[in-house]
This record gives sequence, C-alpha cells and structure tokens, in this order.
Amino acid sequence: MKCFSKSCCMAVLAALVSIIGMALPASAAGPAQKNLILATTTSTQDSGLLDVLIPMFEKKTGYFVKTIAVGSGQAMAMGQKGEADVMLVHSPDAEKKFMAERHGVNRLIVMHNDFIVVGPAADPSAIKGANSTPDAFKKIAAANALFLSRGDNSGTYAKEKGIWRAAGINPDGQKWYQQTGLGMGQTLNVAAEKKGYTLADRGTWLSLQKNLGLPILKEGDPILLNVYHVIQVNPANWPKMNADGAKAFSGFIVSAETQGIIKTFGVAKYGGPLFFPDAGKKEDDLGK
Amino acid sequence: MDLILEGIQKAFYLIFTLDREVLGITLLSLQISGTATLISLLIGISVGTAVALARFPGRQFVVSLINTGMGLPPVVVGLFVTIFLWRNGPLGFLEILYTPTAIILAQAVIATPIVTGITLAAIQHLPANLRLQILALGATRVQMVWLLVKEARLPLLAAVMAGFGGIISEVGASIMVGGNIKGYSRVLTTATVMETGRGNFDVAIALSIILMLLAFAVNAILTQIQQRERPR
Repeated sequence: MKCFSKSCCMAVLAALVSIIGMALPASAAGPAQKNLILATTTSTQDSGLLDVLIPMFEKKTGYFVKTIAVGSGQAMAMGQKGEADVMLVHSPDAEKKFMAERHGVNRLIVMHNDFIVVGPAADPSAIKGANSTPDAFKKIAAANALFLSRGDNSGTYAKEKGIWRAAGINPDGQKWYQQTGLGMGQTLNVAAEKKGYTLADRGTWLSLQKNLGLPILKEGDPILLNVYHVIQVNPANWPKMNADGAKAFSGFIVSAETQGIIKTFGVAKYGGPLFFPDAGKKEDDLGK
Repeated sequence: MDLILEGIQKAFYLIFTLDREVLGITLLSLQISGTATLISLLIGISVGTAVALARFPGRQFVVSLINTGMGLPPVVVGLFVTIFLWRNGPLGFLEILYTPTAIILAQAVIATPIVTGITLAAIQHLPANLRLQILALGATRVQMVWLLVKEARLPLLAAVMAGFGGIISEVGASIMVGGNIKGYSRVLTTATVMETGRGNFDVAIALSIILMLLAFAVNAILTQIQQRERPR
C-alpha cells in the first residue's frame, strides 16, 4: 500500500514536470512583442490559404502569428478594442466605418473572389433565370422558399443584407428566412440538409461542394464581388499593441511574392484559383 | 454510411502512419487536459476535504455553490477567462490569451468544482467515528486528514476520471481562449470543429475516434489503478 502511494506520487510528479515543461515552450521563448494577433474571417482559414501564407511570414520575419478566425464583424470588434494587431477582412462598408472612426490605419486591398447564390438543384424559385442577384432574392421571397442566412456579423452576412436592401425586402422574422449563426461551411451544410438557398463565398463552397449537392444558381453579378482588405489597428489608440508586426504583415501580404502565391493557390486542387490578387488596384476598378 | 467508413479508415491511417500534425494535436490535448486535471486535483482535493471536515456558518451555501459549479458551462468559463485575459483586461499583463496556458487555466476552472464536489461527497461519506478513532490513536491533524484522503482514494480516482473526462472533451472554452492556432493551441476538439467547417468530414471523424480512444485509454488506466485493491 505504501509502495503504491509512493510510486503513484512519483508518477504524478514526473508527469507534472514533463507536462508543464512541454506545454509552455512558446510563452517562455522570445520577447512579448514577437506575438502578432491576426483577426480574420473564417473563409481565409477554411480555404487553407493562411496555412500556406502564415508559415512563410513567420519564417521570414520571426514573428509568431496567432490567427483568430472569426467573422469580419468580430474581427473588427477585436481591433477596435485593441485585442488584435492586424485584420484581414471582407466587409467593405463596415471597414470604411472602422477607418472613419480612426480604429485602423493603412487599409490596403489584398485580393478578391466572389459570392455566389447556391441552392437545391431543382431550383423551386427559378432564380437561375433572374436578371440580377436582388431579382433572384425577390423571387426567393415571393416563393417563400427557405433561405439560410449566416446571421453572425460576418462579411458574407453584411453582403447578404446589402442584397436584401437592394431588393427592397426585409426578410427578418419571415418563416422562410432562417439564421444559423454559424460559419460558412456549417451554414452550407445546413442549407444542403434542408434544401434551402444561401449566399456563400466561392472559396468555401468550392472546398465543400463534393458533399453538398448545392449547385451555383447565380454568379457573376458585380454586386457579388467579395473584396478582402488588410487593416492595421491604429497604434495611437493602443500602446501595448504590436504595431511593427502589424506593419510587417500588411507589407508581406501585398508584396509581389505573396500576391503570386495567392494567384495560384487552389489551382491544382480545384482546377481554378480561389482568390485573385489585387494589391495596388482600386476597389472601384474590380469586376470591370 | 460511406462517410463513416471513410472516417474510420482515415483514423487508422492517421494513427498508424503517425501523422505529425495529428500526433502533435493529440499530445497537446493530453498535456493540456492532464495539466489542468492535476491543478484541479491539487485545489479540489484540498478544498473538498476542508469543506467536508469543517463546520462553519454558511457551509450549506458553500456546498451548494460547489455542487452548482460541477455543472459550470464551459462556454461561460471561456467567455470570462477571455475577458480577464484580454490585453486590456485585468490580467492582460500576463499575456497568455491564445496560448496553451490559457486553455489549461480555463480547463482547470471547469474541472476544479467537479473534483471538489466529488471529494467533498467522498470524505463526508466516510464513517464519522473513523476520525475520532484516528485521533484517539494519537495521530496529528495532518496525519488524520492524510489517512482520510487515503481511505477515500477509490471515489477520488472517480473524481480524477470525471474531471479529466469533462475537459478533454470540452470545446467551447478551448476555442475561445486558445484560438485554435495551428501547431500551437489546436487540440482534438477544436480541430474537429474546424475540419467539420471545412467539410473534411473524414478527418473530423478520425479526430473524434482518436479523442475517444484517448479518453478510453486514460480511463482504462485509472480504472485499473482503482480496481486493483478492492475495498475492505
């Protein structure tokens, strides 16, 4: 009995020492300002793009990037509170407001892809023949066909609300309009299960499509453009933030080399690029 | 059905080829939840024993509080730990948000009331005369407490299992305070959520199977220790 408890104690101690030693290496290494918090949208993480870009950036600069993948709205909320250093987001109207309120500096265009409207192959609302995306939304509303919304302050949700506004319809509270409150991937899965329509970014849809059975029903409309910007959090507001790191990341992602990688990312896997590099262009010139 | 089979195949493939990323995620889960369990044991057994043996006004209230804490929702813990650890939060100077340490902290907060509650029940369940008997035999107070804890070791091992089981399978707090950062704070549960979102259901199923195997293995070992000696 005594032997048992003694060996047990020893084992616990040994485990404690090894576990603590192994679990905490990064917090002990390097200066505090090595850590850089990147707040971004789920689409950049779920598409796998950041898994390629972040290790490159870390190797080049020695920063340690903590990527927090949330919706664009939450990402900017983190920036506004000084809980992030740099943001990669796709919600232009909210971004302009963010900049106007001096929460951020140096907003640069990074890349774009587009949103698509997907739905059941049978297309019960016949949106395929719609003239424009707002027109398609009108048809969905008129037919009371199920529409799944993100409802989560993401860039996609902001775009969706913009299209409803353009269509002159307020879908809130309608029986056919359901908000999942989930990420893009999960919302697409819900739409597939319930045979509903939804608005998705092309990248996430491409990476999921084989299991979904939700074909593209509307695409190529200028209103569906999905533009990503990088924004540094305003260092004047937050003395504790990693301003140098934010600047370095911003410079990295618009550099010619990175833009070249963005251009070819996903081509081998999906047969076409997921994002189109845009550094140095003007937002108004896109999609023309 | 195909998906499930594919998932199981993928799980064995990932396990037997010792996939580096999956191996890293598995070890990290084990380290984080193991450390958190040990911390919760240190605090939980001490506090549980103290409350079980002490008589003080408001004791009922404290016991109710501990019992409520046993069902503390992990997301609530995650939210409050996040707010406290924010750079500009009260504990921001620690700079541990989005690190494995933050996950350990959150998980320890979740597991501690579980261990405390079970310890409390276990010690209280010992015959009251046992204390008097031990003291009558000339033991000091410290020795008495040590003997009582030893006497309650079977239910205490159950406390270890409940605490560990509760946190290794927890996702809400881990994703909030850890951030699911690749190769750094990504654990089995947060990786499963992410892979599901990415539509990689086979990988998600594989990770779930690994998680269940891990939980089973740890509990099997603890059960082995617990059942080695039958209660007299």
